[in-house]
Amino acid sequence: MTNQPEDQSNYAQAEVNLQLDADQKINLMRDMIRIRRFEEAALKYYNAGKMGGFLHLYIGQESIAIGAVSLCGENDHIITAYRDHGHALAVGMNMNECMAELFGKSTGCSKGKGGSMHFFAPDKNYWGGHGIVAGQTPLGLGLAYGIKYKGLNGAALCFLGDGAVNQGTFHESLNLATLWDLPVIYIIENNGYSMGTSQERSSAFKGSLAQRGEAYGIAWESARGHDLYEVRAKTQKAFNRARNESRPTILELATYRHQGHSVADANAKKYRTPEEIGHHKENFDPLSLWKNQLLKEGVLSEEKHRQIDGEAKAEAKAAVEFAEQSPYPEISEITEDVYFEVDQGSTAGKTGRHFFHD
Amino acid sequence: MPKLSDTMTEGTLLKWLVKVGDKVGVGDPLAEVETDKATMEMVAFDEGTVGALYVQEGSKKALGEPLAVLLEEGEDLPEQPVTSATASDENGEAQSTESITAHVTEAVPLPFAGEGRIKASPLARKIAAAESIDLSRIAGSGPGGRIVKRDLEKAIDNPASGVARVASTGGTSRLTTVSPKPSGSGDQRMMLSSMRTIIAQRLLASKTQIPHFYLHVELDAEPLMVLIKQANIAAAENSNKLTINDFVLKAAASAAVAQPKVNASFDGDAIIQYASVDLSVAIAVDDGLVTPVIRSAQEKSILEISLEVKDLAQRARAKKLSPDEFSGGTLTVSNLGAYGVDSFDAIINPPQSVILSIGGIVNKPVVSKEGQIVPGKRMNVGISCDHRVVDGAVGAEYLAEFKKRMENPASILV
Amino acid sequence: MPMTLYRHAINRALNEELANDENVVIIGEEVAEYDGAYKVTEGLWKKWGDKRVVDAPISEAGFIGMGIGASMLGVRPVMELMFFSFAYVAFDQLINNAACVRYMSGGLINCPIVVRGPANGGTSVGATHSHAPENLFANMPGLKVVVPATARDAYGLMKSAIRDNDPVYFMENTLLYGDPAAASDLDDGEFTLPIGSAEVKRSGTDVSLIAHGRSVLVALEAAKQLEEEKGINAEVVDLRSIRPLDEETILQSVAKTHRAVLIDETKPFCGISSQIATTIQQEVFDDLDAPVLRVTSIDAPAIYSPPLEKEQVPNARRVVEKVMQLG
Repeated sequence: MTNQPEDQSNYAQAEVNLQLDADQKINLMRDMIRIRRFEEAALKYYNAGKMGGFLHLYIGQESIAIGAVSLCGENDHIITAYRDHGHALAVGMNMNECMAELFGKSTGCSKGKGGSMHFFAPDKNYWGGHGIVAGQTPLGLGLAYGIKYKGLNGAALCFLGDGAVNQGTFHESLNLATLWDLPVIYIIENNGYSMGTSQERSSAFKGSLAQRGEAYGIAWESARGHDLYEVRAKTQKAFNRARNESRPTILELATYRHQGHSVADANAKKYRTPEEIGHHKENFDPLSLWKNQLLKEGVLSEEKHRQIDGEAKAEAKAAVEFAEQSPYPEISEITEDVYFEVDQGSTAGKTGRHFFHD
Repeated sequence: MPKLSDTMTEGTLLKWLVKVGDKVGVGDPLAEVETDKATMEMVAFDEGTVGALYVQEGSKKALGEPLAVLLEEGEDLPEQPVTSATASDENGEAQSTESITAHVTEAVPLPFAGEGRIKASPLARKIAAAESIDLSRIAGSGPGGRIVKRDLEKAIDNPASGVARVASTGGTSRLTTVSPKPSGSGDQRMMLSSMRTIIAQRLLASKTQIPHFYLHVELDAEPLMVLIKQANIAAAENSNKLTINDFVLKAAASAAVAQPKVNASFDGDAIIQYASVDLSVAIAVDDGLVTPVIRSAQEKSILEISLEVKDLAQRARAKKLSPDEFSGGTLTVSNLGAYGVDSFDAIINPPQSVILSIGGIVNKPVVSKEGQIVPGKRMNVGISCDHRVVDGAVGAEYLAEFKKRMENPASILV
Repeated sequence: MPMTLYRHAINRALNEELANDENVVIIGEEVAEYDGAYKVTEGLWKKWGDKRVVDAPISEAGFIGMGIGASMLGVRPVMELMFFSFAYVAFDQLINNAACVRYMSGGLINCPIVVRGPANGGTSVGATHSHAPENLFANMPGLKVVVPATARDAYGLMKSAIRDNDPVYFMENTLLYGDPAAASDLDDGEFTLPIGSAEVKRSGTDVSLIAHGRSVLVALEAAKQLEEEKGINAEVVDLRSIRPLDEETILQSVAKTHRAVLIDETKPFCGISSQIATTIQQEVFDDLDAPVLRVTSIDAPAIYSPPLEKEQVPNARRVVEKVMQLG
């Protein structure tokens, strides 16, 4: 079972949440629904054989990406691991480019060169999308280093899974973050399973994984990731620490993925019981919880919800059509986007042989 | 690769008769080697143990290339093969076989050596192609006998060295003067055998370098036919039947004694006139012809000649002639009478100066001494002469001597 | 004119580029207050301070990855590895992130980072500290690998590396830092040398000795011996950059001399020379008068024993012997 903090504080009353108007609340719902409908469509076409490789679905965890990213400003930067579709849509990437990337098409966000695990949008301060567990954690630190070096008032949001906390680079990053006072926020999206291995069987910890930060002198906090208000409230505290004090934070958000580790993960039910999965879907699905919250608050109607959901489904369907109709990259494009200087046609890019042939 | 014939520049190792580890004694057969003329046994000249076989069966090697190594007791396999100089001595059998045993104890192949191809650097091949140089005539000085650029530079600087351009040696690349039309479906491309290659090289050289002229006479074969019939009745008991060809050979040898100027060779600044008539007899075999030699034919009786030529022909067809049996002839007889040919002109077999071309005996009307037209048995005989050695009158005199004997065959029997 | 040592040439390049571009920052173990383990960064911290010259903890995967992340935002970190052997603990960052992020983003990102440090054997520090991993990195499209042999080249190429917008792994040599043979006559003027351009360090006619890094000095020494003792006139080609590779200079030299011996401190299997040999036989096969031969490190982890290690890495005697094997 995942670590579910028993925190009864009323995060709706947190300042950052009180500032939300009805439209903004509905938009947060829309953004979460869009992620889910996008991924459901992706799963359907993955199963239909339209995509290669892996497909790590974010379904069940949407409130974390939406909640945290909703707090970002122009000097804040985001980076995550391979379960990256939700963050991509959260930062504003459109479904067409994301779906086309999954289909391996030239209209994809990475021109079909990255795939599911490698979505990027530097223009939206989104730096991927990284395939190696915890490999992005020093990169996220580097984003924070860059922010600080350039004298910007911002923070780097670096997402990772609970499986990443046992990689050396994460610990090295924590050490450096404190040593150099870097404005990085590590958000551990703890869905309870490091691939197919439960947290209990993969991590040694005292109270929580985030608590490991104490050893490095890093502020840490746990939260219920399915509660959008709580995610926003606690992430905002981390942002304040980063922006005002240039200090790092580890935030551990309890969550649950409804699907397996990846679509290729045929044993999704082997290490989790159907009862456990059903329990989370029924009681902790962030979409249902937020919808009910907004209905309760009177800012949402069932009809409005149906309308938004319908639009998201239609958008996902259109994205599939866009992806299907898009061309694959040309063979000549295989050796493009390797070297900046070559792509620019600069003198450096034209000096010597950069690409070798058989 | 030992020199096993006078004209041999390369040989094909047909079959190993030993394997690595075998102990061999002097004279033991090591391998069967196909030369340009025959299949021969290569024998050991030393005793020892077979240390390595460098050449696969069926592959061609140039003279002097290492084929195998014989180790003395306690001797290790050497690290590097040493390629012996190509034997160039005309009487080089002993010398070349010595060189086999010499390098045999020293040689070990580099990787890929001994595949029956010429080892030359890519650059050497490029230069050779541009300069029309026959790489098979070049001794390589690089590792493992590889022909390298400096070897070609040496050859180009010193054309008299004998390593020579293709044009002057008749290398196979120059055997084709005009490219054949591209082969189509059903056409076959048959690679030249050693024998075919040597025939092509030597006859191209002969016809292009020797100033040929041709004479013909027709002789009366009636008395010969009568005599052969009688002689063979008499010879029935010992079962050796004389043939027309036996008389031709005896007459040819005998006539050469009478006119010895045809029994000669051109040698640059001299003419060598031979004391002995060593008669080369052209014998057709599969894929070519060989010319085994009847030594001192002028001294042999027709019966001796008859028996000898039958034996040579039989062994020639079985490719069992030894090199000394087909080398060193001084005058050649080519008889196509048995093939129904009336008359023809043969190409001289160098370094000889004449070749007789014998047609078949035909029944035809002739004018008798009495001036009457009567049935006759006639034979057309031609001679091809090297004008550097033999002038028209000399050739005519020889033909006349030949004719005289053929028309009076009893003299031959004596 | 005083000769500039290899380490001082790099120091000068770093100093000038710190002045030229405020985004340039030097990060590495003991590069600042300690003045550099091999004194390459000597004096830079005193001059430029904490922000521009940063001491990192022994944490290569962490700080190299951090530098890569920072470079995506436009910082131009020059990261020192005390030994390139330590790159192995940062391999994921150096390959999966620095080399691949541009590609995986479809060209949206680039990493203008320099990772520099000594990459050589021959100093009796055992296998873990003696790697020459240029072949490992040059194998990866997206990376540039530069291996200068002289102070002049190190200076000009370092400046180009820092200004380059792709990741450049700059491999130096502890044996060259203070070697007078690698020192150069540098005047005060700034200049850069293009990455991807080889240089003929000695002109010759009989054989091309093709090398990079310290092996260039080995080749020059061998060339001298070949001339004096064997009458062989060798040409020495210094690759300077492994990737991009100046094939033209290599091929021109081999087409001229018709023979090539490649001197390469990497291990023989899939070494730099393996690639060069392939290029030569592919492009100038008909100009070859002998097979392409190589002198590489003897194929085992670096041995500690000092006299034996000097045999394990390429040396002039081994080069001369190899040239003589060409026949």
